[in-house]
Amino acid sequence: MFAFVFRRLGLVIPTFLGVTLFAFILIRLIPGDPVAMLAGERGMSPERHAQMMAQLGLDRPMIEQYVMYLWSLLQGDFGRSLVTRTPVLDEFMTLFPATLELSVTAMLFALIIGLPAGIIAAVRRGTALDHTVMAGALTGYSMPIFWWGLLLILLFSVTLGWTPVSGRISVLYYIEPVTGFMLIDTLLSDEPEAFWSALHHLVLPAIVLGTIPLAVIARMTRSSMLEVLGEDYVRTARAKGLNPVRVVLVHALRNALIPVITVIGLQVGLLLAGAILTETIFAWPGIGKWLIESIGRRDYPSVQGGILLVSCVVIVVNLIVDLLYGIINPRIRHAR
Amino acid sequence: MYKALMGAAAAVALLGAVGAAEAKTMVYCSEGSPEGFNPQLFTSGTTFDASSRNVYNRLVEFERGTTTVKPGLAERYDVSDDGLTYTFHLRKGVKFQSVKGFTPSRDFNADDVVYSFERQLNPDHPYHKVSGGTYEYFQGMSMPSLLKAVEKVDDQTVRFVLNRPEAPFIANMAMDFASILSAEYADKMQTAGTPEKVDLEPVGTGPFQLVNYQKDAVIRYKAHPDYWRGKGDIDTLVFSITPDASVRYAKIKAGECHVMPFPNPADLAQMGSDPDVNLMSQEGLNIGYLAFNVRKKPFDDVKVRQALNLATNKAAIIEAIYQGAGKVAKNPIPPTIWSYNDKVEDYPYDPEQAKALLKEAGLEGGFETDIWAMPVQRPYNPGARRMAEMIQSDWAAIGVKANIVSYEWGEYLKRAQAGEHQTLLLGWTGDNGDPDNFLAVLLGCDAANGGSNYAGWCYKPFDDLIMKAKTVADQGERTKLYEEAQVVFKEQAPWMTIAHSVVYQPIRPEVQDWRIDPLGGHYFYGPSLKD
Repeated sequence: MFAFVFRRLGLVIPTFLGVTLFAFILIRLIPGDPVAMLAGERGMSPERHAQMMAQLGLDRPMIEQYVMYLWSLLQGDFGRSLVTRTPVLDEFMTLFPATLELSVTAMLFALIIGLPAGIIAAVRRGTALDHTVMAGALTGYSMPIFWWGLLLILLFSVTLGWTPVSGRISVLYYIEPVTGFMLIDTLLSDEPEAFWSALHHLVLPAIVLGTIPLAVIARMTRSSMLEVLGEDYVRTARAKGLNPVRVVLVHALRNALIPVITVIGLQVGLLLAGAILTETIFAWPGIGKWLIESIGRRDYPSVQGGILLVSCVVIVVNLIVDLLYGIINPRIRHAR
Repeated sequence: MYKALMGAAAAVALLGAVGAAEAKTMVYCSEGSPEGFNPQLFTSGTTFDASSRNVYNRLVEFERGTTTVKPGLAERYDVSDDGLTYTFHLRKGVKFQSVKGFTPSRDFNADDVVYSFERQLNPDHPYHKVSGGTYEYFQGMSMPSLLKAVEKVDDQTVRFVLNRPEAPFIANMAMDFASILSAEYADKMQTAGTPEKVDLEPVGTGPFQLVNYQKDAVIRYKAHPDYWRGKGDIDTLVFSITPDASVRYAKIKAGECHVMPFPNPADLAQMGSDPDVNLMSQEGLNIGYLAFNVRKKPFDDVKVRQALNLATNKAAIIEAIYQGAGKVAKNPIPPTIWSYNDKVEDYPYDPEQAKALLKEAGLEGGFETDIWAMPVQRPYNPGARRMAEMIQSDWAAIGVKANIVSYEWGEYLKRAQAGEHQTLLLGWTGDNGDPDNFLAVLLGCDAANGGSNYAGWCYKPFDDLIMKAKTVADQGERTKLYEEAQVVFKEQAPWMTIAHSVVYQPIRPEVQDWRIDPLGGHYFYGPSLKD
């Protein structure tokens, strides 16, 4: 087990290095320098342009900039936004809980609906129910987030008036951030009724963001379940006359879940990617919206820092999933 | 789950009712996060809306809904005969706002004015480098070379000494970068070792004071209780940051915000007939144009420029691109600015004459060129790409083959700045309503080298007129000079003037007395909310 953990951790360092390099180069590959963006139609003399580039340290050779960037990273300094001049890490820390809250809720939504749907489809294989679930999953999987979000807003918020259009909580409340999770902070505040407002705001974005993982989980659960249901031990259990519900939920599901867990781990990256769009539509104050804005302004340090920090989260989650997997399924540890 | 949802819905509905009873909370669905709260440091309208326009005042200010300059923190000002010294007499009894950690001990006075300008002007000022130390607008309006000194005469008097006479100076002083910050607050924060606080937690004399800001989500203000113009109708002002225009529209419809900026052009028709929305519109203070790079052949020849003007069917462009939300432009300044010369005659659409002119220029076989089209929608041009295509086909009719070129926006500006283009589409929105802000900034010789004169056009007869207009104080005389300059401009045709667009402002019907700001700002002192 120790060797396995060690091997996995050993992979993390080159991955981080790769991500820093990737983020560093990628944002610079997009044409348009930040100083020109700052000036807009207004124009700027070449001298002034050069002066500002120097001020921002963008006139040095790329290699030098990269080494300096790595050096400050080692000291825990993610740099300052070129636009707002505030430390990137501070901005990330204030915004990330919002993204995490949304992503976790979306994932819960996906699991609560996706798992049972997959199981039912597998058990009722070939029936109309199965086909409905599969068709729904396919539709959900291919749903463009932007369109889906606007569609739901139009229906539930504008036409029916059931949910708020966007934001994280009614603007009437001011909730002092403690944990950063609105659902928890509202309960800690002196206006606990604000919790309902926060929940109310969370519903639509979580559904929109959870739709694709839901589809993936439903499909994965179904196929994994089908495989397990065909195994000898399940047939034996059934032959012994055990309660069929118990057979499915205890004997089969346990083993069927192993690949599903991996898929859930992989979904984290996709979830964060989806959050970028979802947050933009619902004006959800998380890192997705922040990244989009930073890319638009060619705010190099924010984009680099943002990508790096998001990658950290994905890497860590994947690491945990890997380790969990190793615990659940000991064969993996010795496989290589 | 359903029950919980309905409970939540009921709770929110209840809240809505409570909110309505108080009624004096105005919610503005702004388009993005401000870059900060010090208008000296930034250039975007989003930042100005969140700071200078509602938190701060200036010595002189624009009358709401106009470009007329009226007294602000200065009751009046005198100009010396040589036009080099401006003496501002400051208003008494103006209170600054208080924030956590700072309560003003004195009223606004000359020290605050000196601090606000010295910080930007003087590289040795202790605050100059704080928060990055880039004062783009101050630079852009040539303040460092214009201002010789900003001196305190006594507590109620400040003297600005200029290096040269500059008639648009007063209009410049009404701009956002000229906002007055509190020197006392700055001193306190410096002593406390937290100078950046001045830029993050603003203290101004304006109608609203910042309560808190949650990045990318909400900015909350409350009315400044001791505002010197008297407290307005709005008690609480909330900016609900909503980057997507369709969502902003949905929020207006759902009553979640009262005012939104920048509607989607595609939504305008529907908004017009929507009972939940009062769609206001006004001619924008802008110009969309096509600039000929006169430093390149064949555009150094005035005949070629005139020919291409004649060859373009502008009326068709206005109809197709602006869809009614724009007017054909004949002058480089919009008709809402004083000195607009209505006597100038635009080039008619006349391909035959265009061909004749090309022949005179020795180009009867036509030539090949580029049209640069911006990749983004701007207030003055909602569809540059499509516009370029229409111009392309018009020009093809007289034998000019044009290729359409486009770059990503930042790159476009950078390359245009470097003069790589042959012809390019661009535009301008006025900063201060002074004709100089269009004519000199966009077409003057100074701006031809690394400024905003993308035609690279430096024509002495024109430049003499606008330079002279800068130095005379009398507006009647300036008007004459600018009128003449517009005639010279039209004849020399460094640009093809295309359109002045109309700007739209959706508000909810309960918002009263809203006025569209010609300079593109959003001001919440003045409008009120009907119960």
